[in-house]
Amino acid sequence: MLTFMASDSEEEVCDERTSLMSAESPTPRSCQDSRPALEDRENAAQWRGQDSEEDPEEDADRYVCSGVPGRPPGLEEELTLKYGAKHVIMLFVPVTLCMVVVVATIKSVRFYTEKNGQLIYTPFTEDTPSVGQRLLNSVLNTLIMISVIVVMTIFLVVLYKYRCYKFIHGWLIMSSLMLLFLFTYIYLGEVLKTYNVAMDYPTLLLTVWNFGAVGMVCIHWKGPLVLQQAYLIMISALMALVFIKYLPEWSAWVILGAISVYDLVAVLCPKGPLRMLVETAQERNEPIFPALIYSSAMVWTVGMAKLDPSSQGALQLPYDPEMEEDSYDSFGEPSYPEVFEPPLPGYPGEELEEEEERGVKLGLGDFIFYSVLVGKAAATGSGDWNTTLACFVAILIGLCLTLLLLAVFKKALPALPISITFGLIFYFSTDNLVRPFMDTLASHQLYI
Amino acid sequence: MTAAVFFGCTFIAFGPALALYIFTIATEPLRVIFLIVGAFFWLLSLLLSSLVWFMTRTITDNKDGPVQKYLLMFGVLVSVLIQEMFRFAYYKILKKANEGLKSINPDETAPSMRLLAYVSGLGFGIMSGVFSFVNTLSDSLGPGTVGIRGDSPQFFLNSAFMTLVIILLHIFWGIVFFDGCEKKKWYTLLVVLLTHVLVSALTFVSPHYGISLVAAYVIVVPMGIWAFFAAGGSCRSLRLCLLCQDKDFLLFNQHSR
Repeated sequence: MLTFMASDSEEEVCDERTSLMSAESPTPRSCQDSRPALEDRENAAQWRGQDSEEDPEEDADRYVCSGVPGRPPGLEEELTLKYGAKHVIMLFVPVTLCMVVVVATIKSVRFYTEKNGQLIYTPFTEDTPSVGQRLLNSVLNTLIMISVIVVMTIFLVVLYKYRCYKFIHGWLIMSSLMLLFLFTYIYLGEVLKTYNVAMDYPTLLLTVWNFGAVGMVCIHWKGPLVLQQAYLIMISALMALVFIKYLPEWSAWVILGAISVYDLVAVLCPKGPLRMLVETAQERNEPIFPALIYSSAMVWTVGMAKLDPSSQGALQLPYDPEMEEDSYDSFGEPSYPEVFEPPLPGYPGEELEEEEERGVKLGLGDFIFYSVLVGKAAATGSGDWNTTLACFVAILIGLCLTLLLLAVFKKALPALPISITFGLIFYFSTDNLVRPFMDTLASHQLYI
Repeated sequence: MTAAVFFGCTFIAFGPALALYIFTIATEPLRVIFLIVGAFFWLLSLLLSSLVWFMTRTITDNKDGPVQKYLLMFGVLVSVLIQEMFRFAYYKILKKANEGLKSINPDETAPSMRLLAYVSGLGFGIMSGVFSFVNTLSDSLGPGTVGIRGDSPQFFLNSAFMTLVIILLHIFWGIVFFDGCEKKKWYTLLVVLLTHVLVSALTFVSPHYGISLVAAYVIVVPMGIWAFFAAGGSCRSLRLCLLCQDKDFLLFNQHSR
């Protein structure tokens, strides 16, 4: 899911109706920490908690929230669009980096393309003689996987509703521990094997310990933004590599398709578990869980205190959602009280500051599934780079379109469906149509 | 083949495009987006042309022989036609998007059509070059000897230079094409289409790479000059730029001190 963040204050009302019309009250709002004022819940930030015991990372993929500071309509749209291009690039870069890491690993480290068994969630094998049987097995695998995801999401929503925060927090910490230590150790081992580099155990211990400990601190507590982003990208890539290795061929494609349908349903339907989770969070005025969302927020600037005649108070302490989501216990209290003045139309110079405070958030599950798609294309494309590149471009275009829809509709949106659909279409068509054409052209050295 | 060949050919083919990207596109988010959308449009055109070729091949039942060669030539010509059609479609979409952007925020300077022509040409060029050359490049990292069966030993070098000239041509075609559309000079579109067909058809004379390569470079120079004048350049501005006398340069220098 995609999120916009804006500055806000605790007593603010996140009111999507006013965020759309917002002629009279240009109060900054944030969908993350304010109450849902209306039933239509267009601004609902959604978060999907889901679990496979190895990764809670899959959950956070559909967290979408868009908050737009209140302004007169023309200016608001201008700001939305002005921010739009910048935010698209702020998401292009991490998504591209994650995909590059995954594709580079797939192409060089043989371990992740070898078949060594399957996950417990996909028990049916695909080594069957007939095509129909194989298709049936992959569909059954998908059903099992999706139902596991749904059950875990509902479990998480129930836990959240009954305020079992310690349990959820512990769960998240356990899974990021496993990702940061165990999977990194395996990954490092395989990379060293591929390049035939020897490393003794004390060095390995030191490296993995430092990497993991700093990662835990950055993700769950406080740390430099860039470092946190880098760690989130790395764990998404690790998770995607695990999926690429352990999901059988056809099941992977069917699962990708089914996940995007599930995403669409869970985020947009009124009774979807993700939607309920987000509404609960909004009712309680709490931040959604840390460590499951990639935030591209820029650092909050310390601005001068200024009277804002059209807003509610002279000084507004904004949340620092970036910090907030890390310090989970601070329900709505900013970790760093910073003074910020909301820019007004009459102060064009402040717009730069306003711009700096807005960021976009994308759930880690989106990263993971994008990388799974591109990684699978790289793994099975018979050494063909064209398929990988086509899927890459298709996913970026899908992300662009999703962000455009986010800017237009200003409500929570699932980030998977459009990108995965484009990616799947381009994968199958490039693999079956374009590849023979380009291969024939290349063998005759023809250029089009 | 060695890493030197790999890196050398990569930089020959993609160096100018990369430099253009870094210096002109990477700083502005909107331009990056338009570049990627341009690449996407080229990809769509390739998809459509592959579909056409695939269907014709299926209709003729995959028989080997001269039929396949003619089908391939037909496929290439259709592909060129479809690429130019998608270039036109991209122009139309950019026009609409520009109007939308202008109507929404009249103060903010939307990118001009000339800039978008350049960006779209670069997008088409990068995607086209990458798709033509990247598989060859990845093969160049593997083991093997070039030309062992009598082919040209300069295979990689020829391909790299051909890719470079295709990328440059796409940039110039983009600029000239959009300029022709803006000024409603439809003969421009025809000229672009014909030169594209010519360049592609010249590659049919392989394995005599020399002819197609030299001819392509002979075409790219006047195309570049035409694009330069279509983009608003003039001899005077070129002279001022080369002598470092244009105002922006001076102002920039003063500010940096």
